[in-house]
Amino acid sequence: MSARPRQRKPGLPRRLVHVVLILFALVFLLLFLVLPLATVFVEAFRQGVLPYLSAIREPEALAAIRLTLLVAVIAVPLNVVFGLAAAWAMTRFEFRGKALLGALIDLPFSVSPVISGLVYVLLFGAQGWFGPWLDAHGVKIIFAVPGLVLATVFITLPFVARELIPLMQAQGSEEEEAARVLGAGGWQMFFRVTLPNIRWALLYGVLLCNARAMGEFGAVSVVSGHIRGLTTTMPLEVEMRYNEYDYVGAFAVASLLALLALVTLGVKTLLEWRYRGELAAHAPGGH
Amino acid sequence: MRKFVPALLAVVGLMLSCMAAAKDITLLNASYDPTRELYREINSAFAQQWKSAHGDNVTVQMSHGGSGKQARSVVDGLPADVVTLALGYDIDAIADHNLLAKNWQQRLPDNATPYTSTIVFLVRKGNPKGIKDWGDLIRPGVQVVTPNPKSSGGARWNFLAAWGYALKQPGGSEDKAKAFVRELYKHVPVLDTGARGATNTFVQRGMGDVLIAWENEALLAQRVLGKDRFEIVTPSITILAEPPVAVVDANADKHGTRAVAEAYLQFLYSPQGQEIAAKNYYRPRSAEVASRYASQFPATHTFTVHDLFGEWRQAQAKFFSDGAIFDQLGPGS
Repeated sequence: MSARPRQRKPGLPRRLVHVVLILFALVFLLLFLVLPLATVFVEAFRQGVLPYLSAIREPEALAAIRLTLLVAVIAVPLNVVFGLAAAWAMTRFEFRGKALLGALIDLPFSVSPVISGLVYVLLFGAQGWFGPWLDAHGVKIIFAVPGLVLATVFITLPFVARELIPLMQAQGSEEEEAARVLGAGGWQMFFRVTLPNIRWALLYGVLLCNARAMGEFGAVSVVSGHIRGLTTTMPLEVEMRYNEYDYVGAFAVASLLALLALVTLGVKTLLEWRYRGELAAHAPGGH
Repeated sequence: MRKFVPALLAVVGLMLSCMAAAKDITLLNASYDPTRELYREINSAFAQQWKSAHGDNVTVQMSHGGSGKQARSVVDGLPADVVTLALGYDIDAIADHNLLAKNWQQRLPDNATPYTSTIVFLVRKGNPKGIKDWGDLIRPGVQVVTPNPKSSGGARWNFLAAWGYALKQPGGSEDKAKAFVRELYKHVPVLDTGARGATNTFVQRGMGDVLIAWENEALLAQRVLGKDRFEIVTPSITILAEPPVAVVDANADKHGTRAVAEAYLQFLYSPQGQEIAAKNYYRPRSAEVASRYASQFPATHTFTVHDLFGEWRQAQAKFFSDGAIFDQLGPGS
């Protein structure tokens, strides 16, 4: 009774299930993604365009934007270099502790960001392991830009490496070996063979890494010290303004972050569409 | 005027000591959450005063956050020259790490507290539940919003205010105070971690019938969020909240900013500083300034932490340490 009619007449119930599932997914997306995003912009422009513009032109907001960009400009290239090196080591060599390296790369994904920030305070804070030495030599890490960069590098560490490893694994090293046999030097091989092969995955990783670097809150909040105009990044600025009843200001800065997310999403979709062959073939189950 | 003279002397002394060309001096003030407007105004007024007296440019940078968290940050190395926090215990915690003298509270007038506040009730327009005094908070059906005293400095003032009220009632005793406070926290649907969080819960999310809040916080919330939505009820008796200030000796000496840092805190006691404090809803110490803002600050009976509980350390140990009275109440149970 239950199984046979379904086999004989699959049309209606299955289509119904399809419609229900699609509707459910759409409503879910609308409620949990589109609506909050829309709220950000509605709240930001609640009092009109001029208050919005003046909110994001306040010196403190501009300083937060500058700082966020600075941190990303340092953290992202560092993680590109690290990601390339790590992916290279993981896919081209066999060595003891390879599994451990893989686990370490994933560590920032599994550790709460607040803990990541706290670790740096425990290491470099005035009461921390290296605190007294750093203090004696006048080096400031925590509650200063280096601390923000460190925390961000840690948080965004897996993004590039995790994009590259599956791709490089799938591609193997035949082409590189061929290049070497034909007389290419190490760098020549890297720039002529390896890099062109992985460029889209790399770009994809950089994009995700950058989005996270600019949007990170927890870890950065712990090491920031919240000095207005000096160590507050955009996400921190949003929180502070919200706590100060400056809702327009908070949502105005938040809208910039949301815009960044939308641009990231757009570029990501474009990349996926333009190079879907390459990405699909080599990167099973990215992010 | 009495407080202005030492400030003036300090300023003159500084004038003599730094006859050099105009310098750029930077101070960092680590403060707690609701003081942004206050110190924005203080900082620019102080910079002007210092500029005209010495020719140097002073920029005061601000760091805001929960009072306890800020104290922790200074201990961990936040290079604050001065701290202006919500309660003495937090500055004691910094003193425990030898960053400033243990007797910091005696170094400035009035317990090193240039301005004060009290604990009041913010209720919805028309006061639909008829909240008049502390006793009304534990009537059936009344929901109270106050943050968690374990994590929030402001909430500790709220707790002590309620305790003091019960203690000061005719026939009041420690046991009765404990019973009152236990009953009170049964009326709290959610314990936010911080004072601003509690205000947002009450104001934005519309939870609860009454918010126990600092008077300056209630006045600010009322101004920013609409006089037509909320009313302030001042209870018959409440605590005098004393948010103290101090120079962080170790940092100021390292930065060579002690003189400016001290003058900065003295400025808070000056007529101009007191005026700015009153304008930003803090009760000024100066009687003269207070008299001009009398309508903003209704008279009420107040007691201090010192009157009822001794030092902040003692109050902290008695009520808020792990396993102390607040934990014994088992709020939410």
